This record gives sequence, structure tokens and C-alpha cells, in this order.
Amino acid sequence: MKFSYFPGCTLKNKAKDLDRYALRCAEALGVTLEEIENWQCCGGVFTTAKDEIATKLSSVRILKAAKDKEQPLVTVCSACHNVVKQTNHAILTDKEFSDKVNRYMADDGRYDGSTEVYHYLEMLRDLVGFDALREKVKSPLSGKKIAAYYGCLLLRPGSVMKMDDPENPSIMEDMIRAIGAEPVIFANRNECCGGYVVMESPSLAEKKSGDIVRNAKVQGADMIVTACPLCRYNLMKNGADIPVIYFTELLAEALGVKEDTNE
Amino acid sequence: MQRIGVFVCWCGSNIAGTVDVAAVADALKNEPGVVFSTDYQYMCSQAGQDLIVSSVKEYSLTGLVICSCSPRMHEVTFRKTAAAAGLNPYMVEIANIREQCSWVHKEMPIGTEKAIILGKAAVAKVNLNAPLTPGESPVTKRALVIGGGIAGIQTALDIADAGFPVDIVEKKPTIGGKMAQLDKTFPTLDCAACILTPKMVDVAQHENVRIFSYSEVTDVKGFIGNFDVTIKKNARYVNEDICTGCGDCVTKCPQKKVPNEFNLGMDNRSAIYIPFAQAVPKVATIDPAHCTMLKTGKCGVCSKVCKAKAIDYTQKDEYITEKYGAIVVATGFDPISMDKFDEFAYSQSPDVITSLEFERLTNAAGPTAGKLLRPSDGEHPQKIVFVQCVGSRCDSCSEKGKEYCSKICCMYTAKHAMLTRDKYPDTEVYVFYIDVRTPGKNFDEFYRRAVEEYGVHYIKGMVGKVTPEGKKLMVRASDLLDGKQLNIDADLVVLAAAIEPDKSARSLATMLTASMDTNDFFTEAHPKLRPVESPTAGVFLSGTCQGPKDIPETVSQAGAAAAKVIGLLAKDKLKGNPCVASSDELMCNGCSSCEKVCPYGAITYEDKEFRMPDRTTRIRRVASVNPAVCQGCGCCTVACPSGAMDLRGFMNEQIMAEVDAICK
Repeated sequence: MKFSYFPGCTLKNKAKDLDRYALRCAEALGVTLEEIENWQCCGGVFTTAKDEIATKLSSVRILKAAKDKEQPLVTVCSACHNVVKQTNHAILTDKEFSDKVNRYMADDGRYDGSTEVYHYLEMLRDLVGFDALREKVKSPLSGKKIAAYYGCLLLRPGSVMKMDDPENPSIMEDMIRAIGAEPVIFANRNECCGGYVVMESPSLAEKKSGDIVRNAKVQGADMIVTACPLCRYNLMKNGADIPVIYFTELLAEALGVKEDTNE
Repeated sequence: MQRIGVFVCWCGSNIAGTVDVAAVADALKNEPGVVFSTDYQYMCSQAGQDLIVSSVKEYSLTGLVICSCSPRMHEVTFRKTAAAAGLNPYMVEIANIREQCSWVHKEMPIGTEKAIILGKAAVAKVNLNAPLTPGESPVTKRALVIGGGIAGIQTALDIADAGFPVDIVEKKPTIGGKMAQLDKTFPTLDCAACILTPKMVDVAQHENVRIFSYSEVTDVKGFIGNFDVTIKKNARYVNEDICTGCGDCVTKCPQKKVPNEFNLGMDNRSAIYIPFAQAVPKVATIDPAHCTMLKTGKCGVCSKVCKAKAIDYTQKDEYITEKYGAIVVATGFDPISMDKFDEFAYSQSPDVITSLEFERLTNAAGPTAGKLLRPSDGEHPQKIVFVQCVGSRCDSCSEKGKEYCSKICCMYTAKHAMLTRDKYPDTEVYVFYIDVRTPGKNFDEFYRRAVEEYGVHYIKGMVGKVTPEGKKLMVRASDLLDGKQLNIDADLVVLAAAIEPDKSARSLATMLTASMDTNDFFTEAHPKLRPVESPTAGVFLSGTCQGPKDIPETVSQAGAAAAKVIGLLAKDKLKGNPCVASSDELMCNGCSSCEKVCPYGAITYEDKEFRMPDRTTRIRRVASVNPAVCQGCGCCTVACPSGAMDLRGFMNEQIMAEVDAICK
């Protein structure tokens, strides 16, 4: 299995583990992720800059690059995935937007929205398969109670992301089960961490993130996993007293490809 | 050659306001076959009909064209007029110049031109009309009611009281349906069991009623007046005829860890069980999925303790076929699954319950003997939050819930809130709503009592999130009138889950060739004028299988359905619709195209002997239409590749003549 892979800016800085372990785990699972050449930022938040064309174009270029190689595109950061997927959806459903985009794309060639976009978790579930994953596990994480924290960008808007039920998701829990650990269901797993609001109102983000961590702990979790660098930042900054790690790191541990030190 | 009379109606100013009726009558005078043409103010009035009758005699008319309202409105009226004038009723054609002309156009010249064209088409058709005579078929004087809830019980009782035999088929071990699970009923607060169980006994003891419990309908053939139905009696491993319902087997059964569906899984029952004390029939049933004897062959306790010797582990499913003249669907509803609504944490906490579960928690025969206790720890909840419209009135774009209003939730939630405050005045009760809908007799008064006398906090706004934390349920909601976000630390959250038709309804609809809407509710023949009949002749609708309803409405509809059934069974013979398909056997090549598209199963094939030109005989497979089943929809005439299939009264050449007249 070969895919185009888009890591995104944060994964080259603050969230190197998310990227590093995504690649190592893919290798262990027999999946080749080919990083797109000369990629740019995904463009940032889709919904808050709906009319802004420049930021959307960077996502379109990512999608176009994958299309040129005739490969599905795999992303791993929740925020990047959300932007890329929503942009792709807009190309397919909003003619005005698509026309505008393609006027800018004249030098690179038209893009028609035909690239398939998978989040890394979807790739695990739909293409690798959790059963196949289970068989590749070297050191099952039995006994660990792990809370999967989705945040908002991974699942919503549900009609576009189509990853899982936005109110009752199971994809990360199923992954946790596949690697031998016990998932902890907690109500706040799909609540917002506070996101960028942390810059404007740290106290609000503190409350949002604090609620999430408390709820996970009350339900018996001894670790939280996430796919989003900003979620992880907010949870950690606001006093999480249990580990908050990327799901790829957890996966690496189970597949026996984790390194001794994190970056 | 026909002698056609044209009668143009003014319909007061309804038609005459936008159509120059005199000009229409004048223009149609010169059409082929027309010998007389006139206009009149109200053609459907007695004077108008007299005008038609006298004109038929005066001009020796053989066919009539009435330019008036939709045939749905007065086709029957004018057919009767034709019959009174001595014509075959099917020699009448209606040109709809009201609904499809004067009502949709604003300018007189356009309306008039179109009315003339429609009139010409009708004239062209009548020129080719032939007299038709409806056939007759006998009526089996027995009714089948599918579903034994309050709807089915009431329908069966009313039919049986009129002297006709009725069979009820109920898939559960007992009749009673959802109403048997309820505690009290709005707006009078009389107890559901007190008004339902006497009816259950009545129906069981009625000499004209047979009850097939723990049974399902598996096949339906035939047509109005003559249905052949197969009923599967599931093996209950207990001989119904000799079981006394003493309950010794239930007490002694060692397998007691089976979730009790009657209490919605909030307590357990044994593997052999009687659903509830007033069950009808009051006989035990063995649940084969949990019975140790049936699973492993080792146990047999129930058989040992049964004094009546009613236990029979070798019992098999039994199939019965029976003839019926009419079928009533009364399959009822279920609350929707809460899987997609986990923002309310239903799957995460036992203290988040549905309203039906709340009914069981407050019912004296329920798992807590009527004491309102939290399922998690058995403590009395001090703060209860009711959430309305969970899955009802959902956005059409969301795939979560239903677009429709479930209709009963506002009232039962008011009832729950009121009863809670009445019994436990120390409890704080909140109700979150989008709108409170109380259009029913004494309904709004009831809701206002909950607010004004019982101090229930009604808050306009929806709950966004329920977070279980320790013993509490943290409820986050919006108060739309105050523009504030609320956080309530509740002990119990009750969800007013939307209702949907029972899952068995769809396969049943297929068997009955009865139509359903996008939500799987059965469709009525006319939403206003024929609300209890399905479009399939001989199939009637009772209760929530047709749409959300409360008990009073269900009972009214059940009675109405019974009245329609009685009207049908009272007839010895049924007159059919002569406008049915028929196949020209000489042209039919036996390809089955028509059979495949027929939604009513009216077409079969038979091998027939044909005499060939060379005087040999050959056996050919040809289509044959059962005129009693055919509804005249015309699908087969379109599907037939050889042009053998035609619809009487709407023959292909008649339709083409109409098209030609319009395009001329």
C-alpha cells in the first residue's frame, strides 16, 4: 500500500512525535507513506477563513500533488486533516469556489476534487484493518486504561468528515482495543479543548481543557491519546496530571517501534 | 360514431373567473362527434345534472364530456348522472379545467385557450370510449388484525361486536402493546393498566375473537375480500391450551439472569416467563435463547414442577393458513435507539434513561415497585432533567434523527414532571424544550398545571451535553429566553426519545403491497378523506403504524378502521373497478415484464392452448390479469414490449388520441 503523505508544519516542530511515529508505524504495518515534495502549510483553519482563497490554495496544491501521483492522500494532524478534507469537499460541491480555485491553479493544472483523503486512523481502520493491526502487535498494552480524546476537528462537520459518528465515535477506541489496551469512554471526548481561544482568553481554554482531563480521570483513565497538536498543547498546559500523548506514539509502543526518548 | 355532449361548468367564479366558459363551449361544438355543447353555473347541482339528463334524451347522446373540477372531486357524481340518463357510467370523461387550469392561471385568454385544449383531448378520448362493466367477487367474512396493542385490541373488539369473526396476530407472548408498559395516561392521569387490562380480557373472552400470540404473519396472497394469509405460531414450548398460568415454573426456573424486555432491561426475568401479571393469554413462554434445557438438554425443572403437564420441549413452530376478507395493520411504534445521541451520555450512565424507562420506574408493577429510584445506586434523585425532542424534529440534513414531531412527548413529559413533583415535592424538575405542543382536549390546561401548580421549571432551549461525573450528571444547556448557558448537576436525565414505526412494518408492507412514507409509516389512501384505509384495497390502518398518535387518537382511529372493515364484510359481493389491465393473448409473448412491475401481484402466467393458422394447436405461456386485484395503475401497459397489455378505460389508443388532440 502506497500513499501520499502530508505531515503539516506543526509536525515538523512542536509535534515531531506525531509525525515520526506515524511513519515508523506505517513501515511496521507494511504501508509506504511518501511525503509530498515541497509541501506548504495546509492553510490553517478552514471555517474561520471561509472567504479567503489564498489559504485554501495551499490545501488544493497538496491534493493536486497526490492526484498527480495517483495516490490517496493520508494526513495525521486533526487540524490539517480538517482543512484538507473540507477544501476537497468544497471543490466537489461548490462550483463557484472550484472555478475560482482553478483560475489560480492555471500554472499547476486543474484540480477536480478526485483525490481520496484519509486520516491516518481511517487508513488503519479501512485500508489496513484493525484485525490486521492486532496481528502485528508485538507488545500488547494490556491493563492500560486509555481515554481517546477526539476534540472537534477530527469529527466535525460530520457530513463532510464522514470519519465516525460525531457524538458517539469509536474509531480510536477500536484502535486501542486492537493494540490490547482498554478504552475509557468519557463524555467530554468530543468537546473542544479551547483551541486558538487560548491566545485570547487563557482562562476559558483552561476551563475547557480542565473539564476534559477531569472527566477522563473520573471515568478511570490513566492516559489520554489525541491526534491533534493543539489539543495536546492545551491539555498539557492546563495541568493535565496524567500523560497526554499522540495516538501514533501509543501505536509505536504496541508495535515495538518506539524509541527510548521522545523529542 | 359517438354522439357527444359537452357540458362546461362555471363553478361560480372558480372557473368562469379565468376561463371564458361560453367560448369554450362554442369552440368544442365543432369537434368530431360533438352534437351538443353548453355551459352552466354549477354543473354538479341538481339543476346542472338535470340539464345533462334531459340533454342526453333530447340529443340521443352516447358520450359525455364534463369540463369542470378534478375527477377526484366529481367523477363519481357525473358517472351516476350518466347512469340515471341511461348511459354506461364509463362513457363520461372529465376535463379538469379548474385545478389544472383556472386555479393556476391568472389571465383569461391563456386560461380559455388551455380549457379548450383540455376539452378537445377529453372529446378525442370519449370518441373511443366503450361501455365497461365491473366484475364481482365474493367476500370472506373474517378480519385479520396484525398487532395486539390498544389499536389492534380496539379494532378487533369493534369488528367482533358487529358480529364478524376476527383474528389478532401479536408477535409478543402477550397482547397489550406499549400501553401495558405505561404508568398513567394524560391528561386525566387514570392508570393505563386499569383501562387497558379489562379490554384485554374482553377481547380474549369474546366469542368472535381468536388471539394468535407469539405469532407473525409470514405471507399474504390474494386481494380485497379474499386474502390468503400464512401465520407462523412460534414455538413457546408450552402447551397454551393446558397451561394455567400459575407461575410455578417461573418461580422455580434456575436461569433468572435474562434481561426483562417488559421492564426495558432494568431488571431480570427467568428463561421461562409470563411477561406481566395481567398478560393475555396468561401462559408461560420459554425463551429458547436462554433456556438451559433447550440449549444443553440438561435441566427440565419447569417440566417437573408443572402440575398441568403443559411444558413441551419438542414443540415446533407451526404454520396456519386462513382466509380473510379484510386486513387491519396495527403494528405500532418503538422509541428510536439512542446510539446516535451520545451527547446525552445514554450509553455512558445508567442514570440517563428514556421516557419509556421512566414509565417503568414509576409503575407500581415495575422494577422498583413504583418508587422513583436511580438505576445506578437505588437512591432517590433530587434533581431531574427532562430533555424533549431527542431525535424528533431533526434537521433534514442530519442523519441522526427524524424530521417529524413525535407528537406524544410534550404531553407525557408534562405528565412525568407533574407526577414527580406531586409524589416527591422535594425534587427539582427541569424540562428543556424547543416548543411545547399541546393541541388536544384539556392538553394545554394540563401542561399549564405542571408549570403553575406544580412548579416544574420549563426552560426553552436544548441540552448540549450531559457529562457523567461521579454520582452526578453534569447537564449543560442553553436558556434561549434568558440568553444564558446553564449548568445543572442532575441526578437523573430523562430523554423523550422520538418514536418510529415498528421494525416489522416494512416487511409487512411488502407482503401487503401497502405503501409507506420515507419514515416507514404506512400511507393512508387520502390524508384527509380516507385516513384509515391504505391505498391497497382491503388493507386498513389503525394506530401509530400510520403516524405518531396518543391513546385517544389511536382508539378513535381503531374504531374508524373497524367501521370500514364492517362496511366491507357486510357486503356479500364486491364490485370491482372495471378500469383494469387486460392482455391480448394473441400478442403476448410471455416475457414476464408486466409481472415484474406489477406492484399488486395481479399478474400471473398460464399455459394456454392456441389454434395455429395451420390448424395445429400449440401451448403458449401468456399473462393473465386478476381483475379483482388489479388497481389499474398502468405500469404493465408501459412495460409490455409487445403492446399486448392494455388498460381498460385508458387504452393506449385513447391516450394517443388525447395527445394528438392536444398537439393538433
